[in-house]
Amino acid sequence: MIMGIASGKGGTGKTTVAVSLAAAMGEKVNLLDCDVEEPNAHLFLKTQHKESKIVKVMIPKVDEELCNGCGECSSFCQYNAIITPGPKPVVFAELCHGCGGCALVCPKKAISETQKRIGTIEISEGDDITLIQGKLDIGVAMAPPLIRSVKAHLNSHDVSIIDSPPGTSCPVITAIRGCDFVLLVTEPTPFGLNDLKLAVDMVRNLGVNFGVIVNRHGIGDNRIHDFCKANGISILLEIPDDREIAEAYSRGESVVEALPHYRRAFEGLASSIRGMLLNRGE
Amino acid sequence: MKVALTAKGTDLESQLDERFGRSQYFIVYDTETKQFESFDNSQNVSAAQGAGVQAAEKVAKLGADILITGHCGPKAFQALSAAGIKVYNTQAPTVKEALDLYLQDKLTEANSPDVEGHWS
Repeated sequence: MIMGIASGKGGTGKTTVAVSLAAAMGEKVNLLDCDVEEPNAHLFLKTQHKESKIVKVMIPKVDEELCNGCGECSSFCQYNAIITPGPKPVVFAELCHGCGGCALVCPKKAISETQKRIGTIEISEGDDITLIQGKLDIGVAMAPPLIRSVKAHLNSHDVSIIDSPPGTSCPVITAIRGCDFVLLVTEPTPFGLNDLKLAVDMVRNLGVNFGVIVNRHGIGDNRIHDFCKANGISILLEIPDDREIAEAYSRGESVVEALPHYRRAFEGLASSIRGMLLNRGE
Repeated sequence: MKVALTAKGTDLESQLDERFGRSQYFIVYDTETKQFESFDNSQNVSAAQGAGVQAAEKVAKLGADILITGHCGPKAFQALSAAGIKVYNTQAPTVKEALDLYLQDKLTEANSPDVEGHWS
């Protein structure tokens, strides 16, 4: 079972939910921190470092002896990572998504591929939680290839939780594609609703089952509830706007660990998701 | 010799577009025939990434020897250099004024990018 935690708006509580849900599952869980530009789940977990891996992508290398400057590589590349403004192509590695298409279309076989480091994966283990964290190198703009490498650690017989980056762009889609269920975390504010609508469109496009979590319930107004009701979307959990939660967060403690009275709510969330997936014949 | 200029419109009276990669139009002026042609760059205006390098390739294909624009970032500059195109930065308000400054030899060739990428 793979559960994704996403949100249109940033700072709504994805990591708070991911860490607490992981602790409330009552069995071994893999937590994949796919927010590779700013991974932070490790701050709330007491896991021991086990393994580090370097992640590389393939980028093109042009043999200028073989190249006839035809520009086929440049017309193929949708990312403008290889262009032919003069007699020979110029490669912009930081724009390259590593698809290898330029090498395939080159009629002179002048393009080979070479590796470029983009980040690391850190694996650490706790009692029930294995944290697999992607960490993009500073200055690297290409999150999706690293997210795919983190997701290569998924396997179908484990329970896995994916903490996604915020937003609705490529890194988020890379993170939540293939999830059995996605939790969209939002807050009852105009920004929260606006970005929730974008996130709902995204998950519906991807055809993934989803439900909503309202964090900081009690601030703002009823607009999230009204929207969900009108669109047939289940609100699976309301987390109150509680100063104690913010204090626990600032100390680097998960909600269920610092405030045991919230544990039951997250256990309830875990069982609702399990129930929904069973009903859908998963 | 062909001079490419970044423009917000299609004639010499147009405002000079201070952006290179996401310039709305390119105007190519031929110093021998004294004729000009304009080329739409709307595809690059909305490019997700790499507008500067794509624009460099486009300007090279138009046969330009010289580029006059407001600002030019590092990747575009590298691509223009690979194409052997010289870059001149100017704050002149219109295409015509920028071109006149160049023709009167009042612009200095840039030897490096003058802004970071994604500056606007």
